[in-house]
Amino acid sequence: MRELEYPFDSEYILKKSKRIRRQLLEEGSAFLHKKIAVLGGSTTHDIIRVLELFLLNCGIEPEFYESEYAQYWQDVMFDNPLLVRFEPDLIFIHTSNRNIAAYPAPGTGEDEIDAMLEEQYGHFAAMWDRIADRYHCPVIQNNFEYPFYRILGNREAVLPQGRIRFLNRLNEKFYRYAREHDDFYIHDINYISAAYGLDKWADPFYWHMYKYAMCMQAIPEFSYNLANIIKAIFGRNKKSLVLDLDNTLWGGVVGDDGAENLEIGQETSLGQVYSEFQRYIKAQKDIGVMLNVNSKNEYDNALAGLNHPDGILRPDDFLVIKANWEPKSSNMAAIAQELNILPESLVFVDDNPAERDIVRTQLPGVAAPDIGTPEQYIRVLDHAGFFEVTNLSEDDRRRSEMYRANIERERQQQNFGDYREYLRSLEMRGTIKPFEPVYMARIAQLTNKSNQFNLTTRRYTQSDIERFAADESYITRYGKLEDKFGDNGVVSVVIGRKDEAERALHLELWLMSCRVLKRDMEYAMLDGMVHACRSCGIATLFGYYYPTAKNAMVRDFYGAMGFEKIREEEDHSSVWRYDIPAVYEDKNTVIRVAE
Amino acid sequence: MNREEVFDRLNEVFRDVFDDDSITVTETTTADDIEEWDSLEHINLLAAVEQEFGIKFNMGQVVSMKNVGEMADIIIAQLGA
Repeated sequence: MRELEYPFDSEYILKKSKRIRRQLLEEGSAFLHKKIAVLGGSTTHDIIRVLELFLLNCGIEPEFYESEYAQYWQDVMFDNPLLVRFEPDLIFIHTSNRNIAAYPAPGTGEDEIDAMLEEQYGHFAAMWDRIADRYHCPVIQNNFEYPFYRILGNREAVLPQGRIRFLNRLNEKFYRYAREHDDFYIHDINYISAAYGLDKWADPFYWHMYKYAMCMQAIPEFSYNLANIIKAIFGRNKKSLVLDLDNTLWGGVVGDDGAENLEIGQETSLGQVYSEFQRYIKAQKDIGVMLNVNSKNEYDNALAGLNHPDGILRPDDFLVIKANWEPKSSNMAAIAQELNILPESLVFVDDNPAERDIVRTQLPGVAAPDIGTPEQYIRVLDHAGFFEVTNLSEDDRRRSEMYRANIERERQQQNFGDYREYLRSLEMRGTIKPFEPVYMARIAQLTNKSNQFNLTTRRYTQSDIERFAADESYITRYGKLEDKFGDNGVVSVVIGRKDEAERALHLELWLMSCRVLKRDMEYAMLDGMVHACRSCGIATLFGYYYPTAKNAMVRDFYGAMGFEKIREEEDHSSVWRYDIPAVYEDKNTVIRVAE
Repeated sequence: MNREEVFDRLNEVFRDVFDDDSITVTETTTADDIEEWDSLEHINLLAAVEQEFGIKFNMGQVVSMKNVGEMADIIIAQLGA
């Protein structure tokens, strides 16, 4: 919904929240349902009200638990039965500098200050440890914003007695905990309050009147930033940028002005603005964002522009370059198809409001932010948080490389008459093993991101995944695939629940990344499951298909794998059965597998 | 801005905030008259009124305000100043 896209009108959202909520619920469908516990150290009512809107807008329908006023710590430490029964999928702890029990004073000694710091930190760390122990769910914790006054003036930041210094040290301890613990995330309100303006943010009126840690008008910014982390945790990040060229990546029109006359580089102020923007975009590649071009241009002119000697971005930074005279919305759809991702994973960046509008109307779900004037591009894209980083995995850093290898493979495929011959030429090597600690994060990420090749679309946190791995009554397998063009990483996940009495295995999850479609990896996974079953006396597999808006491609997957359909409901969900034959021949013949 | 215009605009704000087009506020309307108007919604309502009229209530005013008529008094006084 346009009203909820960054940059948004906070006051409008606050005023019209009830109507916006009603519309979101009417228009949306197939929401991901998530239970979110908000444990507050100050009032949380309006934070939740606005957070709900932003989450609905990313396809997540939250159900909230709200602690009684300032009971965040007690709820956890004394196992509030309401919270225990709620079984949260995520816990958010909303504390602020108003919750610091004791600050150093100008005369406090350094040893005493260190002890105070440990005590404040211990109060929080004990709570986080208990959450990890009891709830096994992701935790989001605010860091501390700065106070709105400084007793020691500028020395506040320097001396151990200063509150600013004290909060900085405490924040550092929070960050260390976050680095050392999976599924623990910091909500950086120190940054958000600075970007918003600390004097306005910390308006004491709202604390003393209503016990709000920040002013009412800042709540949408706060909740938006929080919603970004939540949607990233639950796999709703965008994946790819699609960029216009003329007046977006450089000043001027390359077809009219000629590449040599474009504004890019250090010669002019505007040229410098575009250089900084290109550098910003290039850095997105390092966090796994795939870059593409969608420009109304002759292809050769587009390349000439991208080869400008003072440019930062180069043609090979992009996976797909569409420079033609087709409607931009068709180019967008084509790019999504070539990358094998859904159009709604794309962010379209274009200086022209008319082009943005066409893309928005033709391809609902594609983000096309109002990026403003060139000097505002970075701020708008950055604060929009499309690609919020939760876990920077090796896979993220290498994503562009992997997709490029895919495009290479497709080109090669066209040179082979026989598909199996082509598959053999890829020299594929697979690893299919029970879940291992190094891959837990990636496995959880896949269960949240995979929509198309996903039979049951069950979403799991990393803690869930770790529990399956440790539970004897489950068989878990991840699949990793390499070939001569590169390493695809972990691409497939299967989880089966044992039924000892029936000597059967119920396949609760079977998913695969679309980047390895038609590579026979699914057969290799079946072989792996069958081998595992035979070694523990299981003779029958049961497969389940639950339809969603996105997984029609696997409706007959089990049929293709040799299962027999034993039931189909009206909504097309189905149950399949496979009796492992006495003599089982591996179905995969093209991937060399290590088990 | 005369009192009638202030009430017209207040009406719009109330309707937006409570998402209810049947609301019509008068001099004597209080929180008891509107079902959803509780202490938490009150915060949001005041923020929306401040934005509508480009004014700011101080703490004393918020604490003492008894009904919509008194709210209008404060708005008119601030706009007139």
